[in-house]
Amino acid sequence: MSTLQISIYRYNPETDSVPYMQEFQLDTQGRDIMVLNALEMIKQQDSSMAYRRSCREGVCGSDGMNMNGKNGLACVTPLSEVVKDNKLVLRPLPGLPVIRDLVVDMGVFYKQYESIQPYLQNDTTEPTMERLQSPEEREKLDGLYECILCACCSTACPSFWWNPDKFVGPAGLLQAYRFLADSRDTATSERLARLEDPFSLFRCRGIMNCVAVCPKGLNPTRAIGKIREMLLSNAT
Amino acid sequence: MVTNITNLGRSGLSDWLIQRVSAIILAVYAVFMVLYLLFHPGLDYATWSGLFSQTWMRIFSLLAFISIAAHAWVGLWTVSTDYLKQAGARFAFQAVVMLAIFVFLVWGVQVLWGA
Repeated sequence: MSTLQISIYRYNPETDSVPYMQEFQLDTQGRDIMVLNALEMIKQQDSSMAYRRSCREGVCGSDGMNMNGKNGLACVTPLSEVVKDNKLVLRPLPGLPVIRDLVVDMGVFYKQYESIQPYLQNDTTEPTMERLQSPEEREKLDGLYECILCACCSTACPSFWWNPDKFVGPAGLLQAYRFLADSRDTATSERLARLEDPFSLFRCRGIMNCVAVCPKGLNPTRAIGKIREMLLSNAT
Repeated sequence: MVTNITNLGRSGLSDWLIQRVSAIILAVYAVFMVLYLLFHPGLDYATWSGLFSQTWMRIFSLLAFISIAAHAWVGLWTVSTDYLKQAGARFAFQAVVMLAIFVFLVWGVQVLWGA
């Protein structure tokens, strides 16, 4: 029972004309290791296998992938959480172009992140020290600033699959709200104006796939709802 | 910011609001219709025609028709922009939908006031 069947999406554009699934057998010796540990053991069997990884503790957001149909970080997902009937299917994050094996091109994801201008904008005179926030103002950023941009949410979102060039996606919108909610940011109306077209924000249909997969337990759907409320209360 | 010329309200916010408001109107109309049919089990032509000869019912029905027209346009416009990536095919689909909605709306007015 301890021999795990792992099926991995393989594609090397230099040698393969089409992607294929490769089967691996892995003896976990009954231990409940993380999916990333399993991948590392497989890489010892086949060193041509490519995936991204760095911190191996759910902080860097490099190893987002699709594990038995659900997006998540391989480094913080124990086998017991995803393996069904002793089988594990690993695929790259859905919807993004595959560079090789489990490595995807995140360009369009970062472009959407960039579109929401993810930095503080304040046109008032700079104070001599720092811009202070009350504990209540700071509290509004909880559940927003923790995002590590692993792209698990946006690549689980059908609206992002169909319109990655036009719909900002849950990750970008969570960060959009992070700056809208920040008491130190004064570009609120400009930020809202960039989001009021039918695609950038409103292509969200509220299916909450993003909430279901977020490895940090964040809630982009709630942030999108808050932005919608801000747009509505600013409109005539 | 994405430029749009074929959606109903020209803004995502107004489309979103139109979709919600029209949904509420349609829900109220549907509930009214179901209740009316439940309370009139042996419904005959005279009662049905009598209901629709009253001005308030015609206004209520026209409101529901306009709501379904707006709701359908916002919804199908969204579907077309999700799935029809080729601009010509998308415009053709939108034109057919627009024409159908317009025909049904005029036809609905004719039915309401023609009886």
